[in-house]
Amino acid sequence: MSVDVVAERPRTVPQAVARRAQEDPLWLRVTLIVAALAVIGILVIVPVANVFVEALREGLGTYFANLFGDPDTRHAVLLTLTVVPIALVANTVFGIAAAWTIARFRFPGRTLLTALIDLPFSVSPVVAGLMFVLIFGLQGYLGPFLRRDGYAVMPYLIALVAVVVAVVSFLLLRPVGRKARQGLWGRTWIVLPLLAVTVFAVVLLPQLYLEVWPRNESLKIIFATPGLVLATAFVTFPFVARELIPTMEALGADEELAAVSLGASGWQMFRDVTIPNIKWGLAYGIILCNARAMGEFGAVYVVSGHIAGQTDTMPLRIEKLFQEYNLPGAFAVASVLTLLALVTLVAKIQLERRVPSTAKLFREETHERPQ
Amino acid sequence: MASVNRHVLPGFSLALGYTVFYLSVLVLIPILALFLKAASLSFDEFVAAVWTQRARAAYLLTFGAAFAAAFINLFLGLLLAWVLSRYSFFGKKFIDSLIDLPLALPTAVAGLVFASLYVQKGWLGQYLVPLGIYGAYSRFAIVLVLVFVGLPFVVRTVQPVLEDLDPECEEAAASLGATRWQTFLDVILPSITPALITGFALAFARGIGEYGSVVFVSGNMPYKTEIAPILIVARLEEFAYGEATAIAVVLLVISFAMLVVINLLERWTMRHER
Repeated sequence: MSVDVVAERPRTVPQAVARRAQEDPLWLRVTLIVAALAVIGILVIVPVANVFVEALREGLGTYFANLFGDPDTRHAVLLTLTVVPIALVANTVFGIAAAWTIARFRFPGRTLLTALIDLPFSVSPVVAGLMFVLIFGLQGYLGPFLRRDGYAVMPYLIALVAVVVAVVSFLLLRPVGRKARQGLWGRTWIVLPLLAVTVFAVVLLPQLYLEVWPRNESLKIIFATPGLVLATAFVTFPFVARELIPTMEALGADEELAAVSLGASGWQMFRDVTIPNIKWGLAYGIILCNARAMGEFGAVYVVSGHIAGQTDTMPLRIEKLFQEYNLPGAFAVASVLTLLALVTLVAKIQLERRVPSTAKLFREETHERPQ
Repeated sequence: MASVNRHVLPGFSLALGYTVFYLSVLVLIPILALFLKAASLSFDEFVAAVWTQRARAAYLLTFGAAFAAAFINLFLGLLLAWVLSRYSFFGKKFIDSLIDLPLALPTAVAGLVFASLYVQKGWLGQYLVPLGIYGAYSRFAIVLVLVFVGLPFVVRTVQPVLEDLDPECEEAAASLGATRWQTFLDVILPSITPALITGFALAFARGIGEYGSVVFVSGNMPYKTEIAPILIVARLEEFAYGEATAIAVVLLVISFAMLVVINLLERWTMRHER
């Protein structure tokens, strides 16, 4: 149908006229293009060039000395490389779970859930950091307990994680077909609680018995790495989910339904059908999430406490070097992050070429349906 | 299209359970904690924290600067979106991809560079400072860096609408004798207005919360160049948690209101597109 419409146009309006109607006079075109180039030049190109020129001002030797010679800077790089992957993995797992829920099922509260996922985008990073200080800080709700005997929670926490892993693998690995679910596989509601209690006990009791965790010692969350992970995860929370939900909705559930009806278990369906289908969208989300996580400043600033060589991530290190008037050092660190941003942009463009953007997919579908 | 029977596809309860759990732990409980802490203040304490002269100056600057930056971005964004969707020229793809750089570049880097570009010895400052334009450590500096941070929003909301615009409308206008400028004002502008407003709102919302870049370029002088997030940090460093929380709640409530407005606007835009 849509083909006919396109083919009709030359008959009603000559193509040349159509083009002329959309064309601006030459002087206007040149002026606007020059203005646009000037805007991009001043706002984007000059700053990026400035980073590298300032960083390399005193030669390559000093540049690398600034980057790797300073133990605090070195530590900042390592800390960023520890914090970011943890936050990234947590948000990726969440993103996949959220996308699966929202794109594949209809349930009450679905719209609310979708809106809540976007919530962290509208929270100022400083406010986000403050929230975690209010919970885990010394004057916070859990602060006094964490200071007195923070490690007391660790055995329970680990046992809980083990239970979750066990339950998830049980649910994912059991076959889907009704016939295949015989014996223990079929009696989910008996097996699950038993499994959970057993795993909890098996993981908890040895830890308590052997006293793996120190007693009466404070567990630091704020002004330490766990706080940095929490703040980073909060700020980059929506990226993967936001990217995956439209991707999954555009793909539809047909292939997954086919896999399941052919007897695939949840895990098989996920590994062999879902993941290959969403991999580029997933990569896109992870790349954006990574760029934001590496560069996060405000939230991390509030929870870090700025202990040089301990809780300074790369962006915080830049600020500290800037305050100490060590501009070459600050620009050296900044150049690494700028390079990362440029790599992110290139990767983003490559991925956009691979997946016809989900928005476009959407538009094509909505255009073709009514006809 | 994707509504599927829960009993056919596996993993509904698992995925929903995990989503809600992770969302609660990382987002909802912390936000709740913020409001709880604010509720523990008495009304007078809350007002005293929120409505000091210094705080008022900070709100005014935060919203003023964010508004000014978003307003400037309205024009820059329209210009860039127009050029990128209508004209072809050498290096267009390159420019198009650079638009997203402010989203990928860490805000601390942006702040550092803008602070060094516009000081007296900087690349641009050496020409601007003699003219009396101080692009660093001033209110103008805050607007400037917020323009950078918010640049992609208007471009990316307007560009697809401009590309999708039916050429026949412009043909009709031209054949009825409208000049190009009349066509732009009466035909094109009305159809991109919703997208422009959405982009404006997104840039504005981003500007309100921005901290990383502003802290470098503003100089952080109370009453003069101190934005609300910087004030929160200052209160925190004095261990005045209650006051910091009160200001944070004000900021948060306004951000949520912005979020609602943006969502309504997006719905409006969608309806216009159809």
